[in-house]
Amino acid sequence: MLIRRPADVRPSEITPPELYASRRRFLGGALALATASVAPALFADTGPAGASLNYRHNAELSSSEPPNSWQDVTSYNNYYEFGTDKADPAERAGRLKVQPWSVAIGGEAEQRGSVPLEDLLKPHALEERIYRLRCVEAWSMAVPWVGIPLGEALKRFKPTSRAKYVAFTTLKDPAQMPGQRWPVLDWPYTEGLRIDEAMHPLAILAVGLYGRVLPNQNGAPLRLVVPWKYGFKSIKAIVRIDFTEQMPATAWNRAAAGEYGFYANVNPSVDHPRWSQKTERRIGAGAFAPRQPTQLFNGYAQVAELYRGMDLRRDF
Amino acid sequence: MFVALALPLADLAARTFGLLGLTLGANPIAALTDALGLWALRLLLATLALTPLRAATGNARWLLYRRMLGLFAFFYLALHLLMYFAVDQAFDWRMLLEDVAKRRWITLGFAAFVLLAPLALTSTRAAQRRLGRRWQQLHYAIYPATLLGCWHFYWQVKRDVREPLAYATVFAALMLVRVVRALRRRRGVGATPAGTAGRAGA
Repeated sequence: MLIRRPADVRPSEITPPELYASRRRFLGGALALATASVAPALFADTGPAGASLNYRHNAELSSSEPPNSWQDVTSYNNYYEFGTDKADPAERAGRLKVQPWSVAIGGEAEQRGSVPLEDLLKPHALEERIYRLRCVEAWSMAVPWVGIPLGEALKRFKPTSRAKYVAFTTLKDPAQMPGQRWPVLDWPYTEGLRIDEAMHPLAILAVGLYGRVLPNQNGAPLRLVVPWKYGFKSIKAIVRIDFTEQMPATAWNRAAAGEYGFYANVNPSVDHPRWSQKTERRIGAGAFAPRQPTQLFNGYAQVAELYRGMDLRRDF
Repeated sequence: MFVALALPLADLAARTFGLLGLTLGANPIAALTDALGLWALRLLLATLALTPLRAATGNARWLLYRRMLGLFAFFYLALHLLMYFAVDQAFDWRMLLEDVAKRRWITLGFAAFVLLAPLALTSTRAAQRRLGRRWQQLHYAIYPATLLGCWHFYWQVKRDVREPLAYATVFAALMLVRVVRALRRRRGVGATPAGTAGRAGA
């Protein structure tokens, strides 16, 4: 399904996830180790699993921070389609059928219609990008995604001059996504970007994690990753992409407009109405690690030009 | 009973130290804080369930557990607050003050703690004797404190309010039982024996 290319850097060379797992176990002490050895395999930390991808590591656009372990990234997920507990997606996403998969392209573009996922990816070389991920709930991770630049993929559909925004839609199928049986959000989940945001080289469509095919709980088979925005902007299991002239409605904004804006840029000086966004808890840093200061645009200062002249307090 | 009430703590300790293969997941501080808060609320509701249980079963033994349940509730609540303030915020007083002042749900949770602290401090027999009637009046504070606890939980969740509503429903039911019994008593139906008429209402 994906183009095979020799990888410059294997994920294992960048960060062996076992190292993090073992460090934590070491900190747990000898007693914990002894008990852990007799513990059922069910509870054991798992390393990267799934089919390997061929990709090139993009060091230039990658964070130098050590990525979180495979275990952390695949067991702590906000993916309400599978339940509102962070452990729900890992437990329940297995039943999602991700093959075959196609994406419907619509709206203000010359090339519209249904595109099989293979065809969407074929012309592009897969890249690994280690991105910081800042959740609106004030926790963060660093994640080694594998994907393609969103802008390059979108250009192939030849958006017209009226395409001011790009709207994304997640699969809606309560049979496969049990969380959709309850209207926690107005399903299907939708998200959107201004076209210049979508064309920014940092925005990617991800299909992999740690060099493997993306696990279902992380948004397989195709998800958005916009590292300078809060995590909820990075929509998962995308089945539709529409080019629009008007700003599209987005799921969390529809649910609570005062709390979740369309832009949702990471910004330590604009608090969530119910909690501070000044600091964040880095997952995997250990119980006694202090919270870290949150950075404007999650540290991706190069996107600042997109918002020149805008009042980020109003357009939060 | 003491052992049963300490079990959640043992479970959380096992998870914290990775015993028996148990873990707290990727975000142990949040997991611990949430679990301690939930146990505090559960035990507050359990404490409030004892009087209706006594009425329903006619067995006054239920009330023997009231002090221990209440104290365990406060113990979990204090650990919950400590997790937030000492571990998560690393004793950042400015952040605590800002949170209590600006975040409605933290204001409510903190208010519940402030209401319950004197109850825990006056839980001894000596205090009970010294305060006399005022002891009872003071300990009625468990009602607003539990209400604030439910409200705090409701405002804390991002979107899925099913669980906080379940707790609030239990609280409402426990209060309803009291209202119905008070009304009945006033009308002189189903009156309780005279000996317990002036009993502790909580």
